[in-house]
Amino acid sequence: MTQGHPASPHRRAVLAASLFLVGVVVLNVFLFPPAQVGVILLSGLYQAMLFFLVASGLAIIFGLLDVLNLAQGAFFMLGAYVGFGVYRLLGEGLALGVRFAAALLAALLIGGLLGALVERWLIRPLYVRPLFQIVLTLGLAMVLREAVRTLYGPAGLIPIQPPAPLRTTLTVLGAQFETYRVFIIGMGGGLMLATWLLLRRTRLGMVIRAGVEDREMVEALGIPVGRVFTLAFALGSGLAALGGIIAAPYIGAYPEMGDVFLLNAIIVVVLGGMGSFEGTMMASLLVGLTRATAEQISLEYLDTPLLASVSILLIMILVLLVRPSGLFGSEP
Amino acid sequence: MTSPLLQVEDLHTYIGSQHILQGVDVEVPAGTVTVLLGRNGAGKTTTLRSILGLWKPARGRVVFAGQDITGWPTHAIARLGVGYVPEHRAIFRSLTVEENLRIAERRKGDFQRRRDFLFDLFPDLARLAHWPAGQLSGGQQQMLAIARALVPENRLLLIDEPSEGLAPVLIEHLIEAIRALSASLTVLLVEQNFHVARRLGVHYAILEHGRTVHQGRMSDLLAQPDLIHRYLGVTV
Repeated sequence: MTQGHPASPHRRAVLAASLFLVGVVVLNVFLFPPAQVGVILLSGLYQAMLFFLVASGLAIIFGLLDVLNLAQGAFFMLGAYVGFGVYRLLGEGLALGVRFAAALLAALLIGGLLGALVERWLIRPLYVRPLFQIVLTLGLAMVLREAVRTLYGPAGLIPIQPPAPLRTTLTVLGAQFETYRVFIIGMGGGLMLATWLLLRRTRLGMVIRAGVEDREMVEALGIPVGRVFTLAFALGSGLAALGGIIAAPYIGAYPEMGDVFLLNAIIVVVLGGMGSFEGTMMASLLVGLTRATAEQISLEYLDTPLLASVSILLIMILVLLVRPSGLFGSEP
Repeated sequence: MTSPLLQVEDLHTYIGSQHILQGVDVEVPAGTVTVLLGRNGAGKTTTLRSILGLWKPARGRVVFAGQDITGWPTHAIARLGVGYVPEHRAIFRSLTVEENLRIAERRKGDFQRRRDFLFDLFPDLARLAHWPAGQLSGGQQQMLAIARALVPENRLLLIDEPSEGLAPVLIEHLIEAIRALSASLTVLLVEQNFHVARRLGVHYAILEHGRTVHQGRMSDLLAQPDLIHRYLGVTV
């Protein structure tokens, strides 16, 4: 005897963002031959997934704890180094697939564990001083980056080999596209869905969503919020670390690899509406596809990839002018 | 007389450098409604929050069911069976009505066990179970906040200003609901509206400037209109 759902307050934002995405696709079809369109769209999706993996943690942590965790980029980088380390440690004897899977798992777990320790011992004493947290996470990012630079050298590591099936290429509408990038899209999509289900369909997710709104009330219901915060922080940093090792075979592992992803992830989170997970999903797609399209336009017509970065900033300015709190942000 | 379910003794609480509670004593006998009265800023909300550990008292004692809970973390106090209905209907707006109720479960199945009882008490909530709670009307949100506190088996409910901003017809419904509850529960109620408070309260305590200045039975208070006028500015 229940009534149907009322109109979602974000319906217009979803509609506008979807229209924009369709517009980007149409623009591609209009400007480029079909073979190129396929590659641009896949490339956009691939970028979107990497941004999402860094940004989702940023959104969860910001939403729940009000902490802008500027160390997310460093966790991304550490994930790659941890994964590479585990991969090498396991040695030649094991099947490549097993070593590769172990590297992914290790990055996720160690990234998560490290995040939990950081929240428990460094962030928690500073909940009453939000500004200090920003400085702390920024400092932490620098320390981790410099530590890795000192230990492993500034040049980065030789990329590891993913299993053979991932080293092939696919033909998309007549053009070649690396299978590994499709793998990144698949992993990113899978993690997107899994995290969404965790937040929407489990009790932990319900508590996290409630904690984003009112942590005091959650505590007053008898739920130890501190533990939930630690878990959420671990989830966020674990996802970023997993993103790092997934990206590394393709982009390499080097001390600064997280920096550019952090910057784009911050833009994604602001665009999506600070702390909104759905907003982050949508904004990742928006930013990834726009970037890939702008990159191609820029290369084709201007002979420089400059437009790619500019386009993201333009979108952000445009969205914030219309909706100052981002696509899915709640109006103050 | 049996010992009270909740006893607050000489409670002092600071918020920042402000000395808000300067000696609050309240006794809440089991199985009745006790009303905290007093003007705006007398420290009523701060008293509820200090009992629940949301503000840490600097001095004094809070004893619940014979156990000294002063300084305990809020979640541990809540788990002893203390439910809280804060002012301004602090429901989780982005969660659905049903999720707002489910999240209050302390043991698996709490919600299922109480479901029929709650939806009988507040039929609107059954109808709107899958709506985001933020889209409910003010009165419905208040009902939801109370229903949420009833999902686990609580022994004591702390209810802060439930009638604030509600239409008269809803206030009547609210009074009925709280009366129905007090048959099986103990309630400590903060209520600005004296005409609501007098109908619900069996016992009362009056706060002024962070101190308890009077407490006793509501029937005795009603016999002293000058006292009511002096502390509450209300003519009975």
